Amino acid sequence: MSFSTTMTAGSATTLADPARPRPRQRRVNWKSVAMIWGFAAPALIVYVTFVIVPVGLAAVYSFFNWNGLGPLDRFIGIDNYVRALSDPTFLKAIGNNLAIVALSLLIQGPVAIGIALLLNRPLKGRALVRTLIFVPYVLSEVVAALAFKLILQPSGPLDALLESVGLGGVTQLWLADQNVVFWTLFFVLSWKYLGFAILLMLAGLQGVPDELFEAAAIDGASWWSIQRYITLPLLGPTIRIWAFLSMIGSLQLFDMVWVLTGGGPVNATVTMATYMMQYGFQRSQLGFGSAVAVILFLISLVFALVYQRFVLRRDFAGSVTRGA
Amino acid sequence: MTTISRTPAPRRIDWGSPFVYFVALVCVAVTIAPVVYLILGGFRTTGQINADPSAWPDPWVIDNYVSVLVSSNFWVQLTNSTITAFVTTAGVILLGVMAAFVIARYSFRGRDALFTLFTAGLLFPLTVAVVPLFTMIKGLGLLGELGGIIIPQVAFALPTTIIILVPFLRAIPVELEDAATIDGAGRFGFFWRIVLPLAGPGLVTVGVLAFVASWNAYLLPLLILGDPSSATLPLGTQAFATQYSSDTAKVMAFTTISMIPALVFFTLAQRRIVSGLTGAVKG
Repeated sequence: MSFSTTMTAGSATTLADPARPRPRQRRVNWKSVAMIWGFAAPALIVYVTFVIVPVGLAAVYSFFNWNGLGPLDRFIGIDNYVRALSDPTFLKAIGNNLAIVALSLLIQGPVAIGIALLLNRPLKGRALVRTLIFVPYVLSEVVAALAFKLILQPSGPLDALLESVGLGGVTQLWLADQNVVFWTLFFVLSWKYLGFAILLMLAGLQGVPDELFEAAAIDGASWWSIQRYITLPLLGPTIRIWAFLSMIGSLQLFDMVWVLTGGGPVNATVTMATYMMQYGFQRSQLGFGSAVAVILFLISLVFALVYQRFVLRRDFAGSVTRGA
Repeated sequence: MTTISRTPAPRRIDWGSPFVYFVALVCVAVTIAPVVYLILGGFRTTGQINADPSAWPDPWVIDNYVSVLVSSNFWVQLTNSTITAFVTTAGVILLGVMAAFVIARYSFRGRDALFTLFTAGLLFPLTVAVVPLFTMIKGLGLLGELGGIIIPQVAFALPTTIIILVPFLRAIPVELEDAATIDGAGRFGFFWRIVLPLAGPGLVTVGVLAFVASWNAYLLPLLILGDPSSATLPLGTQAFATQYSSDTAKVMAFTTISMIPALVFFTLAQRRIVSGLTGAVKG
């Protein structure tokens, strides 16, 4: 048994894991219980105090008309929610978030897997290539957004480059044309986050033992069939983790949009989070902003629950070993 | 376990196909072109950039970089970012691996609830909690202090950390735990001597994620730290870009220098990730 094999087989984000039921004594062993909670307590306390409690407070604020300064005493029920959900701009924001979720899964995912498969092959200068491909991921979104603002400006370097290769007709107002800017945003996001996806996929690929490839190669399997029938199934748990993180990240998108376009022009790139910032916090309508935050959370929750069911079902079906 | 005599396996297939190199080259070009453009732009003057946005520096000027490197704000921000990122990373790893350890390897009342609670944290972006957080940090007297961003960052990095570490720690073979027990190691001994070393690659992964997230954080520092002389680098970069918006070359130099530390750190850590998982048990 090799460590890496087990790692791959076990790395799904399942909650109820029957993977390794360890026989334990029925009698409560207080020393053991104390040790367990002693280990868990620091993380639990910090997490509850600084994540759960603030989120709970946001939920409370959402039922009030509150500017953040005075007392929290103007209870207005669900008015904030009604107002948000009847605002076409907020509906547009939800649509943009959902579009980015879909595009990420359908485009970034396959591209990342493909690149990871290639980079996992012997290749001269492979380490360098890998390092360079991860570069955008370590840049802050502020830096990336500022860089692309410079590059994409009218008559900027991208336009100059396109003209120099005879594609001058393709140039657009990349950040100012409301029909183009959404795709520009998606490209910049992909540029920024493909490296993260590739990092995860490569880590997953390292868990696939060489012996499997060697056995398959000896049996005469082609490169493609090795990828299809061995690598991809074994990469399954990693892909599912990535897809989950990608979906949640896409729904919560903020920093990049805020610096690159501010949600504009004419709300063409507005997301739920930038909407919250723009119409909630910047206008000192913290109650309304909190309601938007709660809606954002609820949409994420629905996605996560549906996905968990899907993931659990797949993992129980033995997809890791059968590739079904 | 039976001994299988292993003949040196023939290297499976000859991979040297030009297609792979072509794809690798395109990926690298698309990836680093914007970064290279920034670096080179820093060596030009704004006049040069305005005249031809895509030309080489001619002549090369280092004034922009020098002016950044002699500004005290830059060094203050660099120090702040470094302290914040390292303390955040250490805190996340320590708290995360302890919690993940018991979740992964012991069954106890409330374990599933505990894991679910942490998993649920993936759904809470900082933006949802940021106003109540601001009020709390203010109440704790940490406004303007690095501690005021470190603690919430640790808290918000815990879900990812625990979710990644749990399967890692669960994968450590039971045989090793049994062997450690037979050799007289208690649970703490098993944790320190077996689990932590074996979890090394996993710890590096979550450490890098936490470090990068902290290094790149923007919203929380913006609200908690505010003023550029006590800011972190992303905040400082944005402020600098606004202040010198007409001096493109200077902005490019500042953003270039501000991204160097993260690139260096990541290059070092990435080697460990790549050489990663196959180490201890397999070898």
